[in-house]
Amino acid sequence: MHALEKILARASGKERVSAGEIVVAQVDVAEVNDLYLQVVKSFYELGGEKVLFPERTTFVFDHYSPAPSIKAADNHKKMREFCAEMGIPHLFDIGEGVCHQVLVESGMVGPGRIVVETDSHTTTLGSLGAFGTGVGATDMATVLISGTLWFKVPRVMKIVFEGEPRNGVMAKDLILHALGELKQDAALYKAVEFCGGTVRTMCQEERMVLCNMAVEMGAKAAYIEPDETTWEYLARYGWKKEEVFLTDPDFEYESVHTFAVSGLKPKAALPGSVDNVADTDSVKNVRVDQVFLGTCTGGRLNDIRVAAEILKGKKVAPGTRFVVIPASRRIFQDALMAGYIGTLVEAGAVLSTPGCGPCLGAHEGILAPGEVCVATSSRNFPGRMGSTDAQIYITSPAVAAASALAGFVRGPEAL
Amino acid sequence: MEIIRGKAFVFGNNIDTDQIYPGRYLELTEHDEIARHAMEGADPSFAGSMSPGDLIVAGTNFGCGSSREHAVITLKNAKVGAVIAKSFARIFFRNAINQGLIAVEIPALDPLGIVPGDSMELDLIKGECIVPGKGKATFPPLPEHILSIIQAGGIFQLFREKGVRAPG
Repeated sequence: MHALEKILARASGKERVSAGEIVVAQVDVAEVNDLYLQVVKSFYELGGEKVLFPERTTFVFDHYSPAPSIKAADNHKKMREFCAEMGIPHLFDIGEGVCHQVLVESGMVGPGRIVVETDSHTTTLGSLGAFGTGVGATDMATVLISGTLWFKVPRVMKIVFEGEPRNGVMAKDLILHALGELKQDAALYKAVEFCGGTVRTMCQEERMVLCNMAVEMGAKAAYIEPDETTWEYLARYGWKKEEVFLTDPDFEYESVHTFAVSGLKPKAALPGSVDNVADTDSVKNVRVDQVFLGTCTGGRLNDIRVAAEILKGKKVAPGTRFVVIPASRRIFQDALMAGYIGTLVEAGAVLSTPGCGPCLGAHEGILAPGEVCVATSSRNFPGRMGSTDAQIYITSPAVAAASALAGFVRGPEAL
Repeated sequence: MEIIRGKAFVFGNNIDTDQIYPGRYLELTEHDEIARHAMEGADPSFAGSMSPGDLIVAGTNFGCGSSREHAVITLKNAKVGAVIAKSFARIFFRNAINQGLIAVEIPALDPLGIVPGDSMELDLIKGECIVPGKGKATFPPLPEHILSIIQAGGIFQLFREKGVRAPG
């Protein structure tokens, strides 16, 4: 069995499970974000009276945070009331950060756990060896009522990265490259495991980027086998090393895709589609109106550090706006202590509240028709960040910072 | 319910949830309000020009992107008869079943040569998609369990009828 299958087997009280089988699994952690008042509505429509495991349930206000409208404010208010009524202790209110990062920092998520969140990027948590998957509102309501959810055991696809990336090439470039090659429906109904020498030498925050973007291939879940790097990271949030499920040597993967990374250049997903990927040095003369560094994909300390190193002592190009949003309050504090925030503000960056920011077009930097944005987020569908006539280039933090400096789409190697 | 008739609205591959239901409307919670923005990111005239029962015909990976249930709620409450696609993104598909929106996967759609405005018929029991004058494609009939959810108008009714499940 694969480690993910062992996790599902454990949670559903079975000796073994195999791909295609439907299991009803105990959910270790459930998270609802502030787009989903529908969860509360569905909960009552389903006849729910009390949340079965309040201590396993969390609410995170990140997508509309702080509330940009009366309607959003009212949704927050109703969710606070629901948490109070149900005795849910883990309400992460405005400014705590993006749900996936907040859950990790809360110490609730670790290897072998089953985590469901009302957000597709829950695959991020696979980077810690958890089974993390996104669900809709109604599925989540059934979890709140029953503590369980049915899952079809997914087949597992393996993506191997080998070799040492060039200077300025980040995990984001690797995953964009893989997406460009495999396309955005490559992992539909499947789980994706990332491995290989490149992944083993990556820091935990970079591993999170790979698993985060797995959903852009359609993945149900992602996975990286925990190692010392994982435990070192988790130790900050109160975890002690424990035994983890390992994939059996004879496990048969659905497919294996190997990428040599040493020759790769910095990448950009071109506007409209995350799998339309090109080298940034082939994107010529594209003037940039806004650069956005942030989100559950590209707003962690490592991302902010890389941008600060590129922009230190320099200024953002005139006519280009640079919006920086740390993925969590803790990251914000760490970046402040390290001096990165000061460097970025000095360079001309605009800081906003930890959370999702303008990634989904709700607030804090929405795009006008005809504008061009370079973003460290994960999606560039038409209209994602505002106008359907705006153009979004998805890149690494290094490319974003270099583009902010140049005022044009630019890789860090061009500086 | 088992036979759906309507006109085809045709879309391409990778129609994501931002096109089905733009993020700027996610704060809305009333279903009839949500319905007014159906497919707005892909075709702003859709909600105004479709009639109840009309079908969405799409390529691969329909509903990719976010987990927002609004993407299903908007189509269901706009009274889309069914969504037929070569493949679906998994969260969208789960949400569709839960809400009682008919979502049918037909990988071999191309031979039917469906163009916008074609009249279509979908038989959920026989597993047939018929385009008069053009041909017919088949699909595995929906399993009884799924059909019962759809017939109940979503999982809500069914959940209430069966009672709340105990953990386990």
